[in-house]
Amino acid sequence: MPTHTFTLNGETVSVEAPDDLPLLWALRDKLGVTGPKYGCGINVCKACTSLLGDEAINPCSVQVSAVEGQQVTTIEGLADGDTLHPVQEAWLEMDVAQCGYCQPGQIMAAVALLKRTSRPTDEDIRAIENVCRCGTYFRIRQAIESAAAKMS
Amino acid sequence: MTRSARRTPTPPAPGPVESGPGSGRHRVAGALAVPIGRRRILAYLVAAPVLAVATRITIDAVSPDAASAAVPSGPSVEDLFDIADAIILAGSPTMALVTLRVGTDGVARLEVPRAETGQGITTALAMLLAEELDLPMSAVEVTCADARPELLFNQLTAGSASVRAFYDPLRVLGATARARMVAAAARRWNVPAGTLTTRDGAVVAPDGRTASYGSLSVEAAQASLGDITVTPKPDSAHTIIGTPVRRADGRDIVTGRKKFTMDLDVPGAKPTMLRRPPTINGTVRTLRNRAEVEAMPGVLGVAVIPSGVAVVAETFEQARAAVNVVDATFTPGPVPHESNDTIMAKLRAAVPPVLVPPSGTILPTGVTTIDAEFEWPSACHAPMETECAIADVREDRADVWSGFQAPIVAQQTIAIELGLPQDKVTAHVVPAGGAFGRRVFFEAALEAAQVSRALKRPIKLMWPRADDMRHGRVRPANFHRMRATVAAGQVLTFEQRVAGVSTDYRHGLGEILTATATALPAGSREALGNDAFGQAVFMTMVASPYNFGVYTKNQFDVNLGMATASYRSVPCQTARGSEEIMVDEIAAAMGRDPVDFRREFLKEDRARAVLDKVAEVGDWGRTMPSGCAQGVGYHMESRTHTAALIELDARDPKNPQVTKAVIAVDVAKCVNPLGLEAQMLGCLAEAISLTLKAGLHVVDGLPLEGSYSQYHFARQRDYPADVQVIIMPDNDGRLGGAGEVGMAAPTGAIGNAFARATGIRPRVFPLNFPVDFEPFAPGALPPPAYV
Repeated sequence: MPTHTFTLNGETVSVEAPDDLPLLWALRDKLGVTGPKYGCGINVCKACTSLLGDEAINPCSVQVSAVEGQQVTTIEGLADGDTLHPVQEAWLEMDVAQCGYCQPGQIMAAVALLKRTSRPTDEDIRAIENVCRCGTYFRIRQAIESAAAKMS
Repeated sequence: MTRSARRTPTPPAPGPVESGPGSGRHRVAGALAVPIGRRRILAYLVAAPVLAVATRITIDAVSPDAASAAVPSGPSVEDLFDIADAIILAGSPTMALVTLRVGTDGVARLEVPRAETGQGITTALAMLLAEELDLPMSAVEVTCADARPELLFNQLTAGSASVRAFYDPLRVLGATARARMVAAAARRWNVPAGTLTTRDGAVVAPDGRTASYGSLSVEAAQASLGDITVTPKPDSAHTIIGTPVRRADGRDIVTGRKKFTMDLDVPGAKPTMLRRPPTINGTVRTLRNRAEVEAMPGVLGVAVIPSGVAVVAETFEQARAAVNVVDATFTPGPVPHESNDTIMAKLRAAVPPVLVPPSGTILPTGVTTIDAEFEWPSACHAPMETECAIADVREDRADVWSGFQAPIVAQQTIAIELGLPQDKVTAHVVPAGGAFGRRVFFEAALEAAQVSRALKRPIKLMWPRADDMRHGRVRPANFHRMRATVAAGQVLTFEQRVAGVSTDYRHGLGEILTATATALPAGSREALGNDAFGQAVFMTMVASPYNFGVYTKNQFDVNLGMATASYRSVPCQTARGSEEIMVDEIAAAMGRDPVDFRREFLKEDRARAVLDKVAEVGDWGRTMPSGCAQGVGYHMESRTHTAALIELDARDPKNPQVTKAVIAVDVAKCVNPLGLEAQMLGCLAEAISLTLKAGLHVVDGLPLEGSYSQYHFARQRDYPADVQVIIMPDNDGRLGGAGEVGMAAPTGAIGNAFARATGIRPRVFPLNFPVDFEPFAPGALPPPAYV
C-alpha cells in the first residue's frame, strides 16, 4: 500500500492508501478529520469543499496521490488557535447555519472566493454551487459581504 | 433584512420570589400548579442529590375561537385542534419525566426528548431556561435525549410542536429551580427570601453577598425547603425571550467540531454501504459472487440483509467500489411498473367529482363556477446528510446512533428485529444534518443493526446520495381538484378534493392521533375515527382561512405500496399553495385585485395584518417590466400566520427566477427572532425549489434523479438577493409553531406571479421540470468524478 505525505492544516501527515482513494476518505476514514462532509461523492454538492493551497477543491473528487507534498486546509485548520478566521466570524455574526452540515464547505468556498478577490461581485456569489438544503443562502450572502468588507 | 419594531426589553424584575399576581395559582401537596392558557402545569422536586425539578401538565378541553364572517365558513378542524395539539396532548402525561438539573458547576442541563435537526430548538429551549433562571446562555445546555420508551408519545419531533410543547413547562421548570436556589440562599444566610435577587447564575443579597447556583445546588435539592410558589416572569420582564440569540452550536459548526452521526468515533465501527435492487423497495434474492466481493480491496465483510447486499470496508470508497461488483438477483419492489404518469392517472381517478354542478347546468343565473386542477409529483427530502447510522450489536445488547426524529419507535423496531428486550437497545439521538420529515423513519439504523449482528462487529452505514434520492421515502405525489361558485360578489362554495399516494405514518404519529382522538371537537371526532390517518393529518393541518361559504376539503389516500414519509408541512405546501393560486383565479373571475380580495374574505384580523404588511413593504402593485410580475400568498398553519409577496422574472418562462421576497410572520409570541427568520428563509428555499424545479421523475419504479445535479433543489443562484422577513409584534394569540408554516404562502405567491407574468395558469408542478441529465444506471453507484 503506497504512503502519501502532505501538509494538513499546517502539520505533515502520512497516510497509507491506494493512489486513487478520494482525498475525502483519506481525511475522514484514515485520518479522522471529519469537518469535510460527504454529500454526493461526485463533485456536485460541494459539502466537502476544502483548500489546496489557496484554491477550493472538493476532496471527494481529488485522488489522495494528487495532493502529495502539498498544503491541504480543511475547516479544522482555518482558525488560528482560538482566533477565528474573519469568514468564520462573519458566519457567527450572521447566524448563518441551520443544521450546519454544509457550512464547513460553504465557509471554505467563501474563503477561497475572498482569496481570489477582495471585492466579490454579485455574480461571484451567485456562482457558488455549494448546496444548502436548509436554504441559508441569504445569510451566506450577507456573511460573505460582511467578511469582504472587514477583510479589505 | 428588516424587522418590525419590537418592544425594548426591560431589565429583569428581580422581584420578590414569593409574591406575584397569584390569580388562579393554588398549591398542590408540596408542589405548585400554574395555569397557563389551557394548560395547568405542576412543578415538583425530583429526589436527587443536586437540584432537579420536573413538571406535570394537564390540558383542558379545547374550545373553538369565534370566527367573524361576511358569508361565514365555520372553523375548520385544524382551527380547533391541530396536529401539534395532538402531539402536545399525547406527550403531556409523561412531561413529568423531563427533568431539569442544575449541577454543582452551576450549569443547567436538560435532555430534551426531541431531535435537533437544524430547526434551532435546542437554542430556543435553552433561551426559555436561561430566561427564568437568570443564567447566561453559556450556562444552559440543552441536548437531545436518547430514546426513552417511558415517555410514550412524548418523543416525536414533528408538527412544528416543540416550542409549543415546551414553552410553558420549561419556563415553570426554570422558575422553580431559581426559586429553590433563592430559598436555599435565604436559609444559608438566614434572611427572608423576598429580599434576595438573582443575576448571572447567582443569588444576590441586599448587602452584596452572592452565592452561585453551583454552590447552592445541593442545599436547593433539600425537600425541607418546603413549598415554593413560583410564577414565570411576565412577558414584560423578559430579557432573553424575544431577543435575537444566535445558535448555541454555531461555534462548533463554523470550526468543524459539530459531530453528526458519521463523524462519531465509535471504536471499530467501519464504513458500510449497500448494493440495492434496481427498483424501489425490492429485496435481495441471491448473492452470486460473495467470494469476488470479499476479495475486493479493503473489504472486511459481506452480509446479505433483506434490503440489499452490505459491504463493510476500510473506507467508504472501498465499500462503494465493492458494492458495484455485487452480482445479485432481487425481487421487484411494490411499484416496478409505476411512473409519474401512471401514478397521476390513479390519483385523478381516485378523486370523486366535486358536489356542486358546473356552470351552465342547473345553477341559477348569475352563479358561476371556477375550476382548477393541480398536480404535484413525488419529491425527495434530500437532507445534506444522507441516511446513516452506527450500530454496535452484541449478544445481549445493542447501541445505535442516528438522527432519529422518532427514537422510541426505532428502538422498539430494532429490538424486535434483534430479538432483544427493548431496554437492551440504546437509541442515541444525534443532531441531524437536516431532516425535513425524512428522519421520522430509520431504515439506515435498522440496516446497520442487521449488518452489525450478522458480522458481529460495530459498523457505520451510510447511504450514498444516489440511493438516498432513489431508494429513500418520497414525499407522495398528489392531485388537487377544486371548484368554487361565486355570485353577487360573494363566494358561495369552495371545494378542494385531494388525492395523494398514502403517506406512511407508522412512526408513532398514527398512534398519537388514535390516542388523542377523543379530544377532538365533536363532529370531527367521528370523521377521524372512521377515516385513515392521512385524512386525520390533513384535517389537523390544512387551514380553511377564508369565508368561502360552504367550504369543504377532503383527502383521499391511494395506497400504491410506495415508500413514503411526511415532508415538511406534510399536506400544506401543495394543498394550501394550490388553493392560494385558486384564490387569485377566483379574484380575477370577480374582477378583484388579489390583495383586496383576500383582505375582504380572510377570516382573521391577524391574517389581514400579515397580508397588509407584505403589500405595504413589498410595494404591491408597482409597475414591473414585461415578463416580470408580483404575486402574493397567505397561509396559516400551526397557529402561525404568514404572507409572502414574491417578484418573479419569467422573461424566460422555462427558467423563471424569484428576484425578491417579502415575508411577514405572526407567531403571537416570538421566542427567538433569529431562529424564526431562519425558518422563513429556509421555507422560502423549499417553496422556490418545489414550485419551480425540484421533483422526482419516477420511471418504471425508480426515480431518475440521483444527485443534486439532477434533483434541482435551489442553490445560491436560484435564491433572491433581496429578501425581507418581517416578524409581527407579539400579541394575545395562541403561540404558533415555526418550522413548517413558511412554505405555502411563497408557493402560492410564486405560482401567482408566474401566472401574472406569463398569462399561463400554473397547473403542473414543478413549473420547470425537464429531464435535463443522463440518469445513473439503476443499482450501480456512480464512481468519483475525479477532476
